[in-house]
Amino acid sequence: MSHHDLTPVMAPAAGPAIGSGSASGRRRPVPTAALRGLAGLAGLVAVLEVLPHVGLVSADYLPPASETGRALWQLLAEDPFWTALGDTLTGWALGLAIAVGAGVVAGVVIGSVPLLRAATASTIEFLRPIPSVALIPVAVLMYGTDLRSKLLLVVYASFWQVLVQVLAGMQDVDPVADDTARSYRLGRWGRVRHVMWPTALPYVMTGVRLAATVALVLAVTAELVIGSPGLGRELAVAQSSGAVPQVYALVLVTGLLGVAINLVARAVERRALHWHQSNRRRGAEG
Amino acid sequence: MTVHTVFRRALLAGGLPGALFALWWFTSAGSTDFYLPPLSTTLGKFGEVWTPERLRSDVLPSLLRLTAGYLLAVVAGVGLGLVVGTGRVVRDVLEPVLELFRAIPPPVLVPVIMLFAGIGDTMKVIVIVSGCMWPILLNTVEGVRAVDEVLSDTCRSYGITGPTRLWHLVLRSASPQIVTGMRQALSIGIILMVISEMFASSNGLGFTIVQFQRSFAIPEMWSGVLLLGLLGFLLSLLFRFAENRALAWYHGLRRAQRNP
Repeated sequence: MSHHDLTPVMAPAAGPAIGSGSASGRRRPVPTAALRGLAGLAGLVAVLEVLPHVGLVSADYLPPASETGRALWQLLAEDPFWTALGDTLTGWALGLAIAVGAGVVAGVVIGSVPLLRAATASTIEFLRPIPSVALIPVAVLMYGTDLRSKLLLVVYASFWQVLVQVLAGMQDVDPVADDTARSYRLGRWGRVRHVMWPTALPYVMTGVRLAATVALVLAVTAELVIGSPGLGRELAVAQSSGAVPQVYALVLVTGLLGVAINLVARAVERRALHWHQSNRRRGAEG
Repeated sequence: MTVHTVFRRALLAGGLPGALFALWWFTSAGSTDFYLPPLSTTLGKFGEVWTPERLRSDVLPSLLRLTAGYLLAVVAGVGLGLVVGTGRVVRDVLEPVLELFRAIPPPVLVPVIMLFAGIGDTMKVIVIVSGCMWPILLNTVEGVRAVDEVLSDTCRSYGITGPTRLWHLVLRSASPQIVTGMRQALSIGIILMVISEMFASSNGLGFTIVQFQRSFAIPEMWSGVLLLGLLGFLLSLLFRFAENRALAWYHGLRRAQRNP
């Protein structure tokens, strides 16, 4: 009873494999692809440099790449920048940790009791799509520019990502494995621990990866709109004082932060699932 | 389906929301906390605040901007995704750049786009497009890349090429992924609709809610939060309905493969 993936329509492409060392073709394609990618990035920098010089775009709106680079270099030399970066990362990490912890616990509890699952389904479906930015005014009133208002937004947004993935994973249990565990007289907890959790883990990791990205977006948003300390607030300040190159430099920093978070999340995912990767079915899409 | 099962289902679906609603209603009933008014007050204000005129002057512009931005993002995302996904070299060159653009938290782009486009409707639509496009684009690329090779070869041997191949093979195979991207884009779009109005605006849902908050009209503000939540829920319902119609073939296929 080979239980292989039978879905030809959607291959389990788990995102572009950056830096993946798959067994086949380790030599050739990877360096070419990397070189081409570097060429692409260099091209972007060149375009950004040339556009304002030629006069296609006013340098007031889009400073040449060299100027943005200089602004970035200056930022990196200043303490406030590093404090802001630390603030952003603190909000992100704390919010993500709370969301993942709460999401996994709630998901395992709800997912392992069918009645609970049926009873909460409609509530989850209603609460999940509520845009977290709707909470901005509430957060401002209750917590001001405190770290807590950032956390409220981050946790609300990323909690659902995790919860929904955990629930999807717990439901994906192979009935044969579950029946086998039952006939071996595994209790409810034993089945959760040894059958459901390993099945759900890939989904959970996908949820954590999605949540990590969402958490960064909401952390920066809170700083930008509410004015909690962090990169977002620095950006708002730079914008209102007309320091255009700094604005671009900070946008670039948030982008690089996003890329870094993505790469780390994927690496963690690969590590945690090294035993599973080969027959991995794609998790319920985000 | 007997009366009993219908009743049971209704209880399961409606029980918890009802209980939570009742809990909120009764615990907040005697609330004297300025920031947490009784639910009855908030709901009373709801009808007062969100009159048809207000819906027309504030909610409709928001929704129109969202629709325009979202549709543009779908067209641009799928179009570019097809180009990037089919050519290997193009994909290799552009992938890191696209990953970088995707990783930029979309609200950060508001100040940048304000430099170019001012604070009018154009700015808001561009903001929505610039945030919604990336998940659609990258998912389209993934979907195009994962087109089944057997189907692709079959098409070739039947001489199906050009637009016919694009429409019947490539787009069709990539559509589940494209829809996934569109779903992610929708929630980003709602966020950006609100954020862009919070920055600088003279109308719109986000603008109105922030106005209430700044003038300490708390029950009015809560009614706005409720409306925004309701809007998010309704849009996702609408999306699911559309998805179930458009991808019925795919969900059926998956079900059949899961329980052979």
